[in-house]
Amino acid sequence: MTRAPAKKPAARKSAAAPQAAATPAPPARVRPALGPPCVEIEGVHKWYGDTHILRGVDLSIRDNEKVVILGPSGSGKSTLIRCVNALEPYQEGRIKVVGCDLKGPPKEATAARRKTGMVFQQFNLFPHLTILENCTLAPMWVLKKPRKAAEEEAMELLERVHIGEQARKYPAQLSGGQQQRAAIARSLAMNPEIMLFDEPTSALDPEMVGEVLEVMTEMAYEGMTMMVISHEMSFAREVADRVIFMDEGEIVEIAPPDQFFSNPKHERSREFLSRIL
Amino acid sequence: MSDAAVTRAPRLAPRLTAWQWARQNLFGSVADSILTVVVAIVFGWLVWHALDWAVIRADWFGESKEACKSGGACWAVITARWRQVVAGYYPEGHLYRVALAMLFLAVAVFPVVKRDLPAWSALLAPVGVIAAIAILGGANILPSVPTDYWGGIMLNVLVGLTGAIFALPIGILLAFGRRSDLPIIKAFSIGFIEIIRGVPLITLLFMSSVVLPLFLPAGVNLDKLMRALAVVTLFSSAYMAEAVRGGLQSVPKGQREAAHALGLGLLQTTGLVVLPQAIRISIPAIVNTFIGLFKDTSLLYVIAILEVTGVIRQALSDFSWLGLENEGYVFVAFVFWVACFSMSRWSASLEKQTGKEAKPAREPA
Repeated sequence: MTRAPAKKPAARKSAAAPQAAATPAPPARVRPALGPPCVEIEGVHKWYGDTHILRGVDLSIRDNEKVVILGPSGSGKSTLIRCVNALEPYQEGRIKVVGCDLKGPPKEATAARRKTGMVFQQFNLFPHLTILENCTLAPMWVLKKPRKAAEEEAMELLERVHIGEQARKYPAQLSGGQQQRAAIARSLAMNPEIMLFDEPTSALDPEMVGEVLEVMTEMAYEGMTMMVISHEMSFAREVADRVIFMDEGEIVEIAPPDQFFSNPKHERSREFLSRIL
Repeated sequence: MSDAAVTRAPRLAPRLTAWQWARQNLFGSVADSILTVVVAIVFGWLVWHALDWAVIRADWFGESKEACKSGGACWAVITARWRQVVAGYYPEGHLYRVALAMLFLAVAVFPVVKRDLPAWSALLAPVGVIAAIAILGGANILPSVPTDYWGGIMLNVLVGLTGAIFALPIGILLAFGRRSDLPIIKAFSIGFIEIIRGVPLITLLFMSSVVLPLFLPAGVNLDKLMRALAVVTLFSSAYMAEAVRGGLQSVPKGQREAAHALGLGLLQTTGLVVLPQAIRISIPAIVNTFIGLFKDTSLLYVIAILEVTGVIRQALSDFSWLGLENEGYVFVAFVFWVACFSMSRWSASLEKQTGKEAKPAREPA
């Protein structure tokens, strides 16, 4: 057996997790227990010019936790997770990823960024590289892994998202669902502590949504910490520990999915749900 | 109707026979038929006369135009001076150096033509060009041959390739400079590009040849050919910059973001993700610039550098070949056409090769 897809340092994993990771689809899916805080967002404000996009967001996400973020377009949900991945600067407040401050000294900020992986709505695979090269580029250039090791790990990840046989193809030769799964594998290749998903299924044809959500669900049961922007209710119900509803740059309501979907507390949540259900 | 469980076997799409194709496309109506016949007759007449003049009744060898008696083209004017046509007045005993120089140039181009070579092979390009110039000049090892003796097709190829190989990296830097956030670099790049693009090459060549020495101290004597080389390189680098900038602009923002999210730094993002895509997108524009550059090498004639046009002009002013302008310029045109058409075909094949992968990433709707 070559190296297992060692996703996280074992020390940080709580005792409940490791068995779930070993088998791809255990008959009875066990939720790994939550760990210490993984992402801490405190009083984050962001402006685009004079537009106040994030108006004081506080949120703490624990290790192994999965949160699904809902909200109308323009509510700031996308901006929030882009801030967590340092794709967008924020003007006030603090974001810590596994204890590293995003605005800390350069070394700490880089460390914080490396702990997050991002999956985009538009996949953003590199079209001039094969799927395998997409997955080995960052491990080889950022983590300085030798090509052979990087390729072995990438192949394991591609198998895990069920597109091992597509490794030598170029992104344009794959279907949308396959491309998005390749993008997930590419992110996983950097061993992130937390995966951020920005509407991962919104750009897909309907018949391909399922295969991507299935991969994400498997990841969830394997103990990945996840922040997901998605309006896929079935996914939120099965996977999310908490649903977070955002509107106008604020977190309006946080609740377990069953409670949120059947009995939303807040007027704005009710309104939103009535529009999308 | 048919049983739903039975799927229809796929059939090949119907194909036209040559006769059906002609009926549809050439003789679809009376007007079509007339047009087809008239164009065919005119075209056939032209081709026949061209062939008759250039090949069938042509005279190929001879000491002067007196040797050409058959009434067709008198190619003797070219063949009698083949040495000048190929290499100018490069000394006869040293022509092997011209052959070696061309070999070095071929090596220089190799990494560009053949893909999937390791990245270091790109260094072959400047090394090959410098080696070619060195062996032609002597480089203090072989007997020195001053650039005044260089000429002919060899010189067009040398100047064209050197210009292309050095203009591309300079152009890439200028393209990035133009998009830079640093005001001084940005202003310099824009200024350079716009000034160079706003002045005819011929003017710049005169300036390099005539004006520049006026400003230089008496002792300093830059070689005329090297000055011309520098001018040609800088001139095409400005065009190259614009070609590459077009490519850079068409790489979607998401590509940078994805690279950034994976932890790649600015240089890595640029070199590994953005630039390869930008170059692929701008291949047609870049090759277009190459073709323009190669044709522009004929302008060196005006500053008395004997590239192939100059050599032919000189031959035509020789008393024994007076009045053979047709042959001379048809030949020059043919030389340039062969070179430029090959580049154009090469560009098309490059685009085809990269076609499957070079599709730009989908932009958000």
